[in-house]
Amino acid sequence: MQLKNRHILGWLEAAPLAMVLLGFLIAPIVMIVIVSFWGATEFSIYPAFEFDNYEFLFGSPVTYRVFGATFKYAFITWALTLAIGFTVAYFLAFHVRSLTMQIALFLVCTIPFWTSNIIRMISWIPFLGRNGIANQTLISWGVIDEPLEWLLYSDFAVILAFVHLYTLFMVVPIFNTMMRIDKSLLEAARDNGASGFQTLVHVIIPLTKPGIMIGTIFVVTLVMGDFITVRFMSGSQRANVGRLISNDIGLLQYPSAAATAVVLLCTVLIVIAILLRFVNIRKEL
Amino acid sequence: MGALMRTGYDLELVHLTKRYGDTVAVRDLNHVFLKGSYVCLLGPSGCGKSSTLRMIAGHEDVSEGEIVLDGQDVSYLPPAQRGTAMMFQNYALFPHLSVRDNVAFSLRMKGIDKQKRHARANELLELVDMTSLADRLPAQLSGGQQQRVALARALVTEPKALLLDEPLSALDPFLRIRMRAELKKLQRELGITFIHVTHGQDEALALADEIVVMNDAVIEQAGPARQVWAQPRTEFVARFIGGHNVVALPEGKATVRADAVTLGEDGIPATVTAVEYQGASVAVTATTSGGDEILALLPEEQFFQSPKSPGEAVSLCWDDGRLHRLQA
Repeated sequence: MQLKNRHILGWLEAAPLAMVLLGFLIAPIVMIVIVSFWGATEFSIYPAFEFDNYEFLFGSPVTYRVFGATFKYAFITWALTLAIGFTVAYFLAFHVRSLTMQIALFLVCTIPFWTSNIIRMISWIPFLGRNGIANQTLISWGVIDEPLEWLLYSDFAVILAFVHLYTLFMVVPIFNTMMRIDKSLLEAARDNGASGFQTLVHVIIPLTKPGIMIGTIFVVTLVMGDFITVRFMSGSQRANVGRLISNDIGLLQYPSAAATAVVLLCTVLIVIAILLRFVNIRKEL
Repeated sequence: MGALMRTGYDLELVHLTKRYGDTVAVRDLNHVFLKGSYVCLLGPSGCGKSSTLRMIAGHEDVSEGEIVLDGQDVSYLPPAQRGTAMMFQNYALFPHLSVRDNVAFSLRMKGIDKQKRHARANELLELVDMTSLADRLPAQLSGGQQQRVALARALVTEPKALLLDEPLSALDPFLRIRMRAELKKLQRELGITFIHVTHGQDEALALADEIVVMNDAVIEQAGPARQVWAQPRTEFVARFIGGHNVVALPEGKATVRADAVTLGEDGIPATVTAVEYQGASVAVTATTSGGDEILALLPEEQFFQSPKSPGEAVSLCWDDGRLHRLQA
């Protein structure tokens, strides 16, 4: 009797979270999967079970190009955010000695988050534009004679905005993992004759891997799912998968958008599965 | 100690001082650690013993003075070039490396190839009897096993002096006694200087050829374990090392060993405040009319011939010849 009660209690305790996940995660995904098999004409969509959407998607060279571009953005952004994020986290964790200073500097890193993504993105436009601050300054210094065209509305601008927006997602988990590294390990490394660089390679990086992996998952999923940054910063001249979906929605082609979304979801999940094969992040959670 | 001659391998501290801002952690230390001796730096927390050890190891900058090892001033050399090795309090084993790779770490840093460094690591692991667990990760070892690995890792660099920072404090009491026997045995076999920081006087007495008692940034007393215990120089040493009563005499303060105090007929009147049975002996604490607390360590049989209990009046006696005058 008592055992049965415990059983029910356990289910009850798990219920609220299960309901939230069911209602707001599982159900929408199931819905998207279902709709991805529906059919559509120029003016209507109708329930069906057909593979037309997927056939069209996989048959079109545009899909592969756009997925390629998405991977390119994700990879370059990942590499840059990792380099910057690791450096910042390393500085905060190992060079700043006082805890107060560490917290203060960490909060400084979060200041950009006090305003919206879109604002932060758009604020680059007057800076990078043809007659923007960057070009004018470079011309007045005599570094260049004509304004640089590739500063704005280019892959450069897109990646710059991505790095600006998402580096903190790399800093936080790496900093968190670094703070858990016992400082006596660094002394032990020095005692054993390791140079600063050897300590970094043989002790700090291996022990920071879980944080790097969590940051990587954040950045990769954010960049692969993004559409607004690419649209604004490329002046609608570049495309990624998010924009493909957003365009379909704009044309009320929901089934086609759903199919693209399903393929994107699967792609991201595969990427994460591959990443998790390299590093066990469980002890960080 | 007479058998140990001063040689070039001695470790010498010359006017060694450490300041943190305005606070002085170590004040003008002068001491010679003889080659091949087991020295314990003993003192309460904050007395400067750890700072001293860390300065010798090179993990703390020297504010003033010199550290001379083997005739060479090593105060400004990086840790690995001093000829010392440190064993850390929590062992500081690299959690991502196997036991063998932990031991071989310093060889790897020197660029020695895998086969050679693993062979050497295996020798060290055999020395500390850990060969069978060489492929494990540190997290899969018990405290005592981790300590042996830490020892092997420190010894692989063939140091002239091994520095141990409270090496036994993380172990349970039973294991602590076993490990200290192993430390002593290892030190005797290797014949290198061990400098062991501890705040446990029993640990220091059990291990040390020489005890250096530190208090308040200076050395209070240094000498062979037996001498420090039997002839404490100051009241602080007498109280810290234990087993002594400090009594005020007209000529100044003196100590009398707890096992020299007896309960007799015509001594100092006192009231028993606590009785503690310790097996072979019984510890009786009594307060004199002057308010001094005196500990008497009585042989078990003698106590139970006329047992006392708290609140009873007793008379404390000792032979005046067993009084030891304190210098401070």
